[in-house]
Amino acid sequence: MDAFLHQVIGGLATGGIYASVALALVMIHQATHLLNFAQGEMAMFSTYIAWALINAGVPYWGAFFLTIAFAFVLGLAIQHFVMRNIRTTSVLQLVIVFIGLLVIFNSVAGWIFTYTIKVFPSPFPKGDLLGQKYLSPHELGAIGVTLVVLTLLWAFFRFTSLGLAMRAAAQNPGSSRLVGIRVAWMLALGWGLAAAVGAVAGMMVAPIVYLDPNMMAGILLYAFAAALIGGIDSPGGAVLGGFLVGVLENVLGAYVVGNELKLGVALVLIIGVLLVKPSGLFGSVQVTRV
Amino acid sequence: MSAVAPAATAPLSPAAASQRRLQWIGLAVVIAVACALPFLVSNYRTFQFTLVLVYAIALLGLNILTGYNGQISLGHGAFYAIGAYVAAILMDRFGVPYWATVPVAGALCLVVGFLFGLPALRLEGHYLALATFALGVTMPQLLKNKAVEKWTGGVQGIVIVKPDAPFGLKLSPDQWLYLFTLAIAVVMFVIGWNLIRGRVGRALVAIRDHPIAASAMGIDTARYKSLAFGVSAMYTGIAGSLGAIAIQFVAPDSFAVGLSIGLLTGIVIGGLASIPGAIFGAIFVQFIPNIADQISKAAPWAIYGIFLIGFMFLMPMGINGAIRLGWARLCHRIAAQQKGG
Repeated sequence: MDAFLHQVIGGLATGGIYASVALALVMIHQATHLLNFAQGEMAMFSTYIAWALINAGVPYWGAFFLTIAFAFVLGLAIQHFVMRNIRTTSVLQLVIVFIGLLVIFNSVAGWIFTYTIKVFPSPFPKGDLLGQKYLSPHELGAIGVTLVVLTLLWAFFRFTSLGLAMRAAAQNPGSSRLVGIRVAWMLALGWGLAAAVGAVAGMMVAPIVYLDPNMMAGILLYAFAAALIGGIDSPGGAVLGGFLVGVLENVLGAYVVGNELKLGVALVLIIGVLLVKPSGLFGSVQVTRV
Repeated sequence: MSAVAPAATAPLSPAAASQRRLQWIGLAVVIAVACALPFLVSNYRTFQFTLVLVYAIALLGLNILTGYNGQISLGHGAFYAIGAYVAAILMDRFGVPYWATVPVAGALCLVVGFLFGLPALRLEGHYLALATFALGVTMPQLLKNKAVEKWTGGVQGIVIVKPDAPFGLKLSPDQWLYLFTLAIAVVMFVIGWNLIRGRVGRALVAIRDHPIAASAMGIDTARYKSLAFGVSAMYTGIAGSLGAIAIQFVAPDSFAVGLSIGLLTGIVIGGLASIPGAIFGAIFVQFIPNIADQISKAAPWAIYGIFLIGFMFLMPMGINGAIRLGWARLCHRIAAQQKGG
């Protein structure tokens, strides 16, 4: 029972990481109606910037916020200089562009910072948390940061007029332009915000999985699964999906199929859920006019 | 139900007829060059071109599913792996001759693909991408599994012997394999072309463009969609078996998810929903990583990524689309000059 509890809580901790990356995916989907395959690599790249800043002597929280600013500008720039100039409406062609961005970030990070694995500091204290061994302070802290980011985003989209304009621009670019929303800037803003959320996720993940150019590959896949199982248009669903995927992965790996097959089985289970509920657990059913 | 295509029976205008004649001549030249190729280049180059043909068959299969039927697949590497392993296991454990493994691989993949297509009917867009992605991710892990190690050879994989040219032909094994692959590729392309331009092809395109209208016209959407999955998997499985025979080696890690993504990249770069696009895409998949490596040893994948984005930027309709556009402009300009002069 003790071991089982350990697995579940460990799953919740990694689930927090999946949740924050899934949140970034949902964000960019809300702002652009696209799923960004390069999201994980952008987060990885931002985390390297944070690492470089900390190594140069910048205190942790200073580097943290500088990196968020950097990631925001990076996302903005990608939308402004790359995505905006690709004149295609086909999802598949955009997917190829995302794959291109993915390999570029991965390769450039390896080139600048080398492929050796680096230790990334945690802002949270070391040692046992309240005398228990299930959850380290960093893991709890990462979950807390995820929840704070979620609340901020929810409030931004729900209560500010900018958030409303962004949602409108994504849902109906034509009508939004007619009422005076600058759609291109709203998209760029969406990219910037998503990149910033991704950077937070990257900095929370790096102390656990260590920093290397391929650290996000597995995480991105789980985050995709989390975002889809929760419903791609539901930030809350993405967070819950993240925790669910984390727990499922750990428990299945420990008790049912062993570590090798856990990824496959977790995905198959998720697809099982999707077959019953094709738009995810909390996603809204898409109705289109014929 | 009339299945007569009016375009085929109506008399062609002189311009269209000369265009058609040019196309046939072009095709004959391409096939002649393809046949002569192994006698003009080194054995290693011949081997590379064999792989181009292998990828071309796989890409044609994926194009039937994704290009013509609009179902995205990020897991076709799994069908390629099944085809490759069927060939390797049959040759290595049962002593089946190499040529007999190809139809078996195709038939098995047809069944597996059809069965996978049935649940996939409920999923669309991103969700279908995730489901197929799961297939692609799981396949190498399944192949490494202890339970099937007796057959698959586990992580080590299987080494197979390269077949020699039969009937006492004076060809190197590489040249023979190239010609063998070329013959199968031609057959597969003719079948694919007939499938696409006929009733089935029109049904597939109708489902892609407007599923509701298609079913209102009496097209059995579910049947055609799972059929497309099956046929597509069959093509990819055949390509996988040919690839395994050419490379003489199969191992789970050669069929990681990168292969599936590479195949999808190939059809978009080559040109979606086009038959020549499969060949252009195959050339891209085979040679661009090498070129990228030559340009920059430090960050070859960055160069590859720039190639990907550059292609989408310059030719959003793929290489085939760009060639068509260029050809149409050329014809237009010539016609204008004739009118003016």
